[in-house]
Order: sequence, then C-alpha cells, then structure tokens
Amino acid sequence: MKKSILLVPPSLIALGVGAAQAQEEMSIDARVNQIFADATGPFVSFIFAPFPGTEFPWIVMWLVVAATVFTLYFGFVQFRFFRHAIRLVKGDYSDPNDAGEVSHFQALATALSGTVGLGNIAGVAVAVGIGGPGATFWMILAGLLGMASKFTECTLGVKYRNEYPDGTVSGGPMYYMSKGFDELGLPGGRILAFLFAVFCILGALGGGNMFQANQAHAQISGITGDYPGWITGIIFAAVVFAVIVGGIKSIAKVTEKVVPFMGLLYVGAAIVIIAVNYDKIGWAFGQIFAGAFTGLGVAGGFVGALIQGFRRAAFSNEAGVGSAAIAHSAVKTKEPITEGFVSLLEPLIDTVVICTMTALVIVISQQLIIDAETGLYQLNEAGTVATINDVSGVALTSAAFGSGISWFPYVLVVAVVLFAFSTMISWSYYGLKSWTYLVGEGPTRELIFKLIFCVFVVIGASASLGPVIDFSDAAIFAMAVVNILALYFLMKLVRKELKSYSERLASGEIKAYKN
Amino acid sequence: MTTLVVGLDGHSSGERALAFAKRMAGLIDVCELVVVYVIEWSPYSFQTAEENAERHKRREKEITTAMERVVTPAVEALTAGGVKARGRVRHGDVAGTIIAIAEEEEAEQIIVSRSSEGGFTQRIFGSATSNLVMSAPIPVTVVS
Repeated sequence: MKKSILLVPPSLIALGVGAAQAQEEMSIDARVNQIFADATGPFVSFIFAPFPGTEFPWIVMWLVVAATVFTLYFGFVQFRFFRHAIRLVKGDYSDPNDAGEVSHFQALATALSGTVGLGNIAGVAVAVGIGGPGATFWMILAGLLGMASKFTECTLGVKYRNEYPDGTVSGGPMYYMSKGFDELGLPGGRILAFLFAVFCILGALGGGNMFQANQAHAQISGITGDYPGWITGIIFAAVVFAVIVGGIKSIAKVTEKVVPFMGLLYVGAAIVIIAVNYDKIGWAFGQIFAGAFTGLGVAGGFVGALIQGFRRAAFSNEAGVGSAAIAHSAVKTKEPITEGFVSLLEPLIDTVVICTMTALVIVISQQLIIDAETGLYQLNEAGTVATINDVSGVALTSAAFGSGISWFPYVLVVAVVLFAFSTMISWSYYGLKSWTYLVGEGPTRELIFKLIFCVFVVIGASASLGPVIDFSDAAIFAMAVVNILALYFLMKLVRKELKSYSERLASGEIKAYKN
Repeated sequence: MTTLVVGLDGHSSGERALAFAKRMAGLIDVCELVVVYVIEWSPYSFQTAEENAERHKRREKEITTAMERVVTPAVEALTAGGVKARGRVRHGDVAGTIIAIAEEEEAEQIIVSRSSEGGFTQRIFGSATSNLVMSAPIPVTVVS
C-alpha cells in the first residue's frame, strides 16, 4: 500500500500565495488539524498501539499471524499451486467461448495497479533506513506468507459477489461477510460488512486519495520548486473527475498502459544496477541475512529489523486488508478459487520481487553508512541508519538509483506521479463499492461519492494533513481488523472449495484448453 | 457436408469475400457457410476496476451490435440467395480466432478479403490477413 509513508512532512506544503495569507491559512489549517487529531487520536492510537513493553504494533502482528494461519490451514497453497496460478494467468484454463470477458490476467493487473507504487519505492527505503538491510528478509517472508491471505480473501470475493441483471458485478468483503455469514448461520455478518464499508470509504478518501495527491505534489514541487499545492490538487482533481465522473476512459486507458510500463522500467533499472554491481550481490545478501538476525547495529536490533520488514510488507501488498477482493471480483470464471490462485501472485510480484529489488539497489549502492571498524551501520541523531547526504524515504531510493543511472531520479518522479494517479483511480472504485453497499446503487448516489472524492484530491494536495493521513492509514488497517476476523470464520468455505477443486484437477475433470 | 468459413471485418471489402464464398458454395453440392466476425480483443490488456466490473455487459453489447450490423445481414442475404449459412461472433486476435473457429467447424477453407487496416499497425504487427495466411492449417482464399 503506497499511501502510508510520508515522504515530506505535510507542514512543508504551503497553502496560500502571499506570506500573510499563508500564515492565516496555516493557522486555520493547524486548527483543523488539531480538532481532527483530538477527535481521531484515540482511534489512531488504538490501531497503531504497540504490545505493552515493546514497539511492536499489534496490527502488524494481526496481519502476520493471519497470513501464517492461512498458510498452514491451506497447506502452503502459495507454493503448491504456484505453477497452476501461472497457467491460469496465461489463460491455459480459459474457455475460448468466454473470450471478451475479464481474464485472470486483467483482474490481476488491475489489482496490482492499486498496490504497486509508493509503498514499493518509498516504503522500502523507510524500512531499510530504520531497520537496516535485515528488514528486507522479514519483508520477503511477510510477502510470502501474505500470499495465503490474498488467496483466501479473493476466493471469497468472487464466490460471494453480486451479479446484477444488467450484467455488471459488485464484489468485495462486504458481500462475503453478509452472504457468507448467512450461509453458515452465523450472526454479525452485516455488522462486520457495515464496519468494513465505513472504514473502506475513509481509507479510500484518505490513504487512497489525499495521501496520494499530497505525495504527488511533494514530488512535482521537488523538481519545479515550491508552489501552492492547490494548483496540483485542482489539476489532479480535474483529471480524476474526467475519468471517474466524465467517463473519459482514454485517460484511464493511457494510465493503465503506462503504469505497468513504468513498473517494468523500474524493475529493469534495478536489475541493471544490480547486474553492474554483480560482485556485490553476495555481500548484499550477506548483509540482509546477517541484519535479519542481528540487526547489524540498527535501533532495536533484529526485532527492529523484523518490525520494519513486516510493517512495510503489509503496507505495500495490502494482503488481508480486503481491497484486493474488490478488485479481483470482476473476473469471469466458473470456479471462484481460480481467482484466489491468481491473486496469490500479487504479494509475490509486489513485495517479494519489486520491494526486494528496491532494497537490493539501496544496499548495493552503499547509501547506508557502515562503520569501517565495527562493520555495523552508523545511526544518526534520529536513531535511523545514517545515509549519504542524510536522505530517507523516496529520496533515498532516488539517490540509490541515481548513483547507478544518473537520469533515473527524473523517471522516478514521473513514476511516482503516475502510480499515485492509478492508485487514486483504483481506490475511488473501492470506496464507491463500499458507498453503494451502504447507500444503494444508483447514478445520483454514485455521483455524490465521486464528487466528494474529487474534492478530497484538492484538499489532500493543498493542506497539511498529518492527523488526517494518520487517521486514513488507521482506517485502512481497521479494514484489515474487520476483514481478517471475517476470514477466520469463512476460511472453512474456502477449504471446501480447495478440496473439491484439487480433486477435480487431479482426476482430470478440470482440463486445460491449452497445453 | 463441406464447410467454408468466411471472415468479415465490417468493411465493404467483406462484401467481395461474401460474394466469392457464395459462388463457391454454389459450385459445391452440399455446403454450409459459417460467417465469422472477430471483435479485436486481448486477454492481456490493462483495464480499470470499473471497466472490469462492466466488462460482461459491454461484451454482450459488442456481440449484439456485431451480430445486428455485420453478421445477421450477411447470413440473411446468403440464405435468401439459397445458400445454407450461419453466423458466429467471437472476441480475440483476428487471425488466431478465425483459425480456431475453422478448426472447431472442421472447415475445408477460409475465405477473407484483403485486410483493411494499414499504416503503422500493419508495419509493426503485419496484417490480420497475412497472419492468417501464414498460420492457417487449411487453405485460405484472399479476395482482393
């Protein structure tokens, strides 16, 4: 999830044009922030509260324990069905008569465009900057475990989606919570669905919108020089408006084509930098393994590395949050579990591949300063790992790539802005589905949400929104609290599907159309 | 019974392929023409979540439109002329889909008109017709 890491303190973003006006607006802004922080503080503190006596946030443990439970419960489904998942994405099992419907590949690509982004670029830098290279090891482990969470939620997303008479579909945790609980005769499904929908709307407006607009502006103004954020906000809002209200599909289509290209370019550049420094690959992995179990001098030792790795993986791939279940539910398949198999590739691509690439580039480019005598990482005053030029977040990633390919930081800015935009489009849809679940479907009701969404783009880009963003992040993680709780009750339904599908696959009843 | 597959692209050049196929059918004792229209589509394209949610609805509409505008008039004209004919519409890569349908129908021959696309796309990817000619396992007649 790319929305969780502040790269530039929001307070740096100027609001007004004139100094006096700015001063006045900043004070209004500060007051708004204060009121908001006071109102939402307890909720934010609760979600991000550490276990007593530790710095380990319980919400991270909640996600990792769930991923471990699903991994064991489904017998390491992410490894057993990995090859099958690839064949499904390739279309080997797709009925030619269904051509023109949403393919497994398309559902996966759409879901990925919602998760690959700032989390992979900036989040990893934050993890490595605080937890050292060892954080990478724990990030990979969390990514591998998270594959089972995605499998569970996306299977249910397809199984319990709503298919309307006009041919459109709506799916997501709110549907499997209400329908799945009814099917099992359990109470409370509708309450969970209601809570999930509320948190999803808040998360969509915050992390999926304001944070993205805020970061896009921070990136652009970093290149062009400082200018009022509302200008970026209005431009972004106009483009988002054109896509989600105006139905100008061409903009979305261009973005959806450019974003995967940027993703490939990013991974390609990382591979080039790693290949050029091939003699350091062994050393870098040595640092990652040693750091994972000793910390190599970082604050909190190996536990510090572990927390950062787990936390950023969860932020990046959203496994267990429930957002992917909305994105994957439009696929055309007679077997809901096939989409579950496909979705488990998502944390693999997002976290195990892309995040690891970022981490390797940062380690290999030696941006982190090592004490020559002890071999441990030096810490700065803030307690994080000291870096060359004292940079962190996306600036650290940018410096690491820039040390290998001098012009790449410019590409990175374009990538960040595009990723931010595609995340907004994805989350506008997640928020809309939750909205329509609560208020009902209909053009006017949908329009109201879409307009609110556009207004929040401007607010996000122009205001300093620390507490609001904290709250939005907490809302996204609150989605995970509700979603995973429901998954524990519903996972036996997925196991039944898995058993039935495995047997039919083994007996040859389910056949590939292509070999 | 001999089955011939006629690929239409919705342009006027398709009429010539249709006229040729009709003549061929007249020369063969028992013959059926399968009129095929392929809606260009790739399962590997990128779409937004909203487009995905509406995809099924749009697909149905695309098929209905293709049937109404291209395939059904052609089939009706052939039937009125005393030729046995059926129509099929499917999404996919034009050349690959026409070949797949020809194989399903156990057709003896594929009849198409010369490709109407041109310019950049054709230079890069080759025309649908040339791809068809190069990869079809059965004879292909290209009507100019």
